[in-house]
Amino acid sequence: MKPRTLFDKVWDAHVVEQLPDGTCVLYIDRHLVHEVTSPQAFEGLRLAGRKVRRPDATIAVADHNIPTMGRAQGILEEDSRIQVDTLERNVAEFGVPYFPILSPQQGIVHIIGPEQGISLPGTTIVCGDSHTSTHGALGALAFGIGTSEVEHVLATQTLLQKPAKNMLVRVDGALPPGVTAKDIVLAIIGKIGTAGGTGHVIEYAGEAIRSLDMAGRMTVCNMSIEAGARAGMIAPDETTFAYVAGRPYAPKGAAWDQALAWWKSLPSDEGAHYDKTVVLNAADIVPMVTWGTNPEAVVPITGSVPNPADEADEGRRVQLARMVEYMGLSVGQKMTDLKIDVVFVGSCTNGRIEDIRAAAAVAKGRKVAPGVRAMIVPGSGIVRDLAEAEGIDKVLIEAGFEWREPGCSMCLGMNPDKLTPGQRCASTSNRNFEGRQGPGGRTHLVSPAMAAAAAIAGHLVDPRDFARPEFN
Amino acid sequence: MDAFTKLTGIAAPLPLANVDTDKIIPARFLKTIKRTGLGVHLFDTLRYDAEGKERGDFVLNQEPYRKAEILIAHENFGCGSSREHAPWALLDFGIRCVIAPDFADIFHTNTFKNGILPIKLSREICDQLMEDAKLGENARITVDLEAQMVVRPNGEKIPFEIDPFRKHLLLNGLDDIGQTLQHAPAIDRYEARQTPDKAWMPAIAV
Repeated sequence: MKPRTLFDKVWDAHVVEQLPDGTCVLYIDRHLVHEVTSPQAFEGLRLAGRKVRRPDATIAVADHNIPTMGRAQGILEEDSRIQVDTLERNVAEFGVPYFPILSPQQGIVHIIGPEQGISLPGTTIVCGDSHTSTHGALGALAFGIGTSEVEHVLATQTLLQKPAKNMLVRVDGALPPGVTAKDIVLAIIGKIGTAGGTGHVIEYAGEAIRSLDMAGRMTVCNMSIEAGARAGMIAPDETTFAYVAGRPYAPKGAAWDQALAWWKSLPSDEGAHYDKTVVLNAADIVPMVTWGTNPEAVVPITGSVPNPADEADEGRRVQLARMVEYMGLSVGQKMTDLKIDVVFVGSCTNGRIEDIRAAAAVAKGRKVAPGVRAMIVPGSGIVRDLAEAEGIDKVLIEAGFEWREPGCSMCLGMNPDKLTPGQRCASTSNRNFEGRQGPGGRTHLVSPAMAAAAAIAGHLVDPRDFARPEFN
Repeated sequence: MDAFTKLTGIAAPLPLANVDTDKIIPARFLKTIKRTGLGVHLFDTLRYDAEGKERGDFVLNQEPYRKAEILIAHENFGCGSSREHAPWALLDFGIRCVIAPDFADIFHTNTFKNGILPIKLSREICDQLMEDAKLGENARITVDLEAQMVVRPNGEKIPFEIDPFRKHLLLNGLDDIGQTLQHAPAIDRYEARQTPDKAWMPAIAV
């Protein structure tokens, strides 16, 4: 048999039927549903008199526009409340399992899938959200879809798809101290660009990727879409199996053994074909920060604002100049000279317990700089409860951080957590587009350690200067 | 979904690369449970100032582009979020066709589901069409899906590629759920098969 990649194997196992032109009816194992991209899909089912084919393969949760404070009082914003009420009506009508807002299982859809063992290696996972690529960290084929496709999966448990191309991104060597998964993925996007992965599924490999824990792997796969890739995947290994074992919806007993045998067969075969290969050396990666308004506009924290005039292509030159202007920067300005108004630690990129611990390790015994608003938004109720059990909520609160309820929050400003025009934010989220965190807001994408360090310093700063041996 | 066959209309030039879906429709307008009514917020931050007044320098605020049915843009159009509100907003405004050197994958798929035709043409040709589009009312562009041809105002015909299956759905305005349900027996058989990844997968129930 022809050597196959991880992606090829998962794809092949899910082809229901191949149509003459190569389009496949692809079976979907897990469908995650949230309040923003599902109302029109359920409405479509209702109008056509269709049912949800596999409620037992579907899970719904509200995350995008729910408040992160005082939610026991209900949702004050009317349009948000209507959307969440609509989700609750729809899941009741169609019999879809749902984690209610006040339950500890509630959280960001891409945090709770892996956390509950709903997202598993070798499965196909979709959600009406582009950051579904996160779940690829488990060795799943996971990708975002639009609302029409949400309706399609609800009705048929399949999608009509053509296979993506294979792309290998290898990060060789050991990661230097103080450099995190977020820095790796920002460095990758800086190298290949925001369309570098278009039409491809990226498989991340190499020693630096292998050495990451599951939280770090999820951070890397999460931002695959920022490189334009359809999905990101990492071959499952002992780290993966140890993470999955014992989670509420993971297989148990004989089913576990059966699953494990299949999962162990998934890593790419020797000699498998990749349409594109990109190699980075981990030793070259340093803490990264975006300066502009897309994720490829990224520099090392030791760097400075680039000069658009150095760009040869006119269209790009205009775009970079616009970024400098929108971000309120001057050419050549050092990144570490940029004062920060807001710090946001959270999102599906960096809202896991490991991320909160990293922020707390920097914050312990220190104080948030005067004038800086620093928010911590755990990715799920379970992350929040775990942090509180470990006492790191206290560490963060004492340092002057706000400790909030789980949700997408300021990653996309659909709830009350927004930047005001001109505010500069060090954010652990995934997109720095104009107005993403609120109209006129200026976003710098960073790791949790850099975000916390920036909160303390009051400006962007190299988190390695804040490292303390007792936490390493 | 409305069928797409042939369209002759005004094309709006939008000479920007990496137009993300947050730019097409910011997240704050996603709090709707309907598909319609988003056209007024299309390109909201480019189109309106902080007070909500139209920016005169933005193409869709100018005549004749308020009636544009075709949009011409640069590379990586529709990158970012999977929000189908982006094609819904384009459609609600009246845009039925977007021409660009390339598109982000999810947006590209989403346009087809809404009867919008995305056409990939080289940057050089897009730039020529961009110049045509700047001539406004006097320079209508024709898009013929059946013939897979874009016709410039000077009569020059430019062929384009399109996936045959998607072309078929678009030409006939077919709902692809209906298409897939023709394969329901195959889906039943797949579910019944004891594939290595099925027997062990627990049901979700809360």
